[in-house]
Amino acid sequence: MKICVCVKRVPSTTTRVVVGADNQLDPTGVEFELNPYDEFAVEQALQVKEAAGEGSVTAISFGSADAKKELQKVLAMGADDAVLLQNAEAPHADGATTAKVLAEELQAAGAQLIFFGKQAVDRDQHGVGPAVATRLGMPCITEVVKFELQGDQVVCEREIEGGRETVTASLPCAITCQKGLNEPRFASLKGIMAAKKKPLEMKDVAIEGAAVELVSMSLPPERPAGRIIGEGADAVPALMEALKNEAKVL
Amino acid sequence: MTDILVVLETREGALRNASLEAVGAARAAADASGGGKVTALATEQADLDAAQLGGAGADAVLVADAGAHSPDGAAATAVRVAGELGVGAVFVSATVRGRDLLGRIAAGLDTGFAADCTAVDFAEGGFVFTRPVYAGKAQIQVKVNGPVAVASMRGNHFAPAGREASAEMGTTAAEGGKAQVTAIAGKSGGRPDVAEAARVVAGGRGLGSAENWHLLEALADALPGAGLGASRAVVDSGWRPHSEQVGQTGKTVSPELYIAAGISGAIQHLAGMSSSKVIVAINKDAEAPIFQHATYGIVGDVNEILPALTEAVKAAVE
Ligand SMILES: Cc1cc2nc3c(=O)[nH]c(=O)nc-3n(C[C@H](O)[C@H](O)[C@H](O)COP(=O)(O)OP(=O)(O)OC[C@H]3O[C@@H](n4cnc5c(N)ncnc54)[C@H](O)[C@@H]3O)c2cc1C
Repeated sequence: MKICVCVKRVPSTTTRVVVGADNQLDPTGVEFELNPYDEFAVEQALQVKEAAGEGSVTAISFGSADAKKELQKVLAMGADDAVLLQNAEAPHADGATTAKVLAEELQAAGAQLIFFGKQAVDRDQHGVGPAVATRLGMPCITEVVKFELQGDQVVCEREIEGGRETVTASLPCAITCQKGLNEPRFASLKGIMAAKKKPLEMKDVAIEGAAVELVSMSLPPERPAGRIIGEGADAVPALMEALKNEAKVL
Repeated sequence: MTDILVVLETREGALRNASLEAVGAARAAADASGGGKVTALATEQADLDAAQLGGAGADAVLVADAGAHSPDGAAATAVRVAGELGVGAVFVSATVRGRDLLGRIAAGLDTGFAADCTAVDFAEGGFVFTRPVYAGKAQIQVKVNGPVAVASMRGNHFAPAGREASAEMGTTAAEGGKAQVTAIAGKSGGRPDVAEAARVVAGGRGLGSAENWHLLEALADALPGAGLGASRAVVDSGWRPHSEQVGQTGKTVSPELYIAAGISGAIQHLAGMSSSKVIVAINKDAEAPIFQHATYGIVGDVNEILPALTEAVKAAVE
């Protein structure tokens, strides 16, 4: 079975955001890493292949040349090969444009299963997986916390507000992965060595315009300065007073 | 003048509150554009109230004849109806199901999308959406270049219009889908989900153990409409389910009141809750970063303060 997993290079979650002159995140001093949710996607892809005892896992990223590093990590975790769809503007591309580029590559790949992280923790849009699947005419199950393959039927569970729903579809199918789905493995030293010999293809891709235009980026409005009301349980009456009469939330 | 289609979320035929907020957002946006028509679409059979939806801001309501929810089927129905009506925008609520529809509807209409919007303005002939990025550490304003702007509206940021009006009710055909919801296990009658709650009581490692959670539960029981939240440290320790995690790799919340007990205030946690209206921090360490972001803080032991606060809240809301 051919399995693809789509991954993204994102700023580390510890990043303190500074807005640059170009209305984008100022990259000075920012560390980048594999999108945390994509680790669940990679792990699931590898588990499906291992359970089937055959097949291949291809990692695909739409990114700048730097994203080679994140693809190397996915290869070290165990993917068989990787494709970097390279464009210097990729890190700032909108979700709809990203989905178009990925769908074109995936159309040719002919995968039975495509795994995504449920969102990239930079733009936080949750949209690329389902948009790719729609372009490919494939079903897609999003924010999955439990995945099962029964023959050619995919049975997944996902958490919705105040409940959990079971969603089923048949292959080929796309899945976006939520925390809780699995425990992503670490790349072993052997894996890291092996990754160096695995195929990593770089393809230049063009993007025609943007589906979404960035007007501005700013820091969120400052919170008004707060105060320490006091110490211990003795401070509770003063807190109640503030919540009732000052903040008016009780 | 832009007409807007709002895709409603229903569960077992009942409308979700988040959808009324999305309808309210659409009403305000259509009015800002010079007065467009707002049509609300239920993609599955539902028991809808013309006065409730009209009051929230819808001019018309369409109910499709599907039984269970199919994510791709619902999106296909929305895409077809958007085309039939010739709307300039499609809004959904930024719930798990709404987020699921967003990218699909945009791809179906070959246009761009904006997720989790916290404000919608109208400028130079188009909508400008404000939305958080980097888990709320920054926000961006975007315009959708395609023919239809597809956007999801974050909870607790928009209100139903609150007008006296009745929406015109109609029906439409549902498109079939390849993925199908086959079961829903609900925590019926339970607490509101942390992402939707107007008040959140959240606990961190400072609670000491899973067994101590009754302290937070008692406070949440006393506060009407309160949901429970947790830090990642607590979820990773297995004390609480991931569905309660607030932060960069959990849920983003913006309730009226967020009470953080025994939470240090790591940047990834702050990312998920710093847009709360009022933040109360309880922590024994006066230097904990959470105090720099809190509206009100009490320095001290949660074991002592939570029971006292619970009693005070009980007395206050009675
Ligand atoms: C990729 C990534 C993603 C992450 N995503 C998230 C996320 O989504 N959400 C999240 O929360 N974290 C996230 N984190 C983890 C984050 O960095 C912190 O480790 C975590 O938030 C700490 O949780 P905590 O505040 O409960 O625990 P701690 O940092 O251990 O803090 C416990 C606090 O309790 C106080 N305390 C102890 N005992 C008492 C007492 N008896 N009474 C009162 N106070 C007491 C202490 O003073 C301390 O401030 C992420 C980290 C990474 C690397």
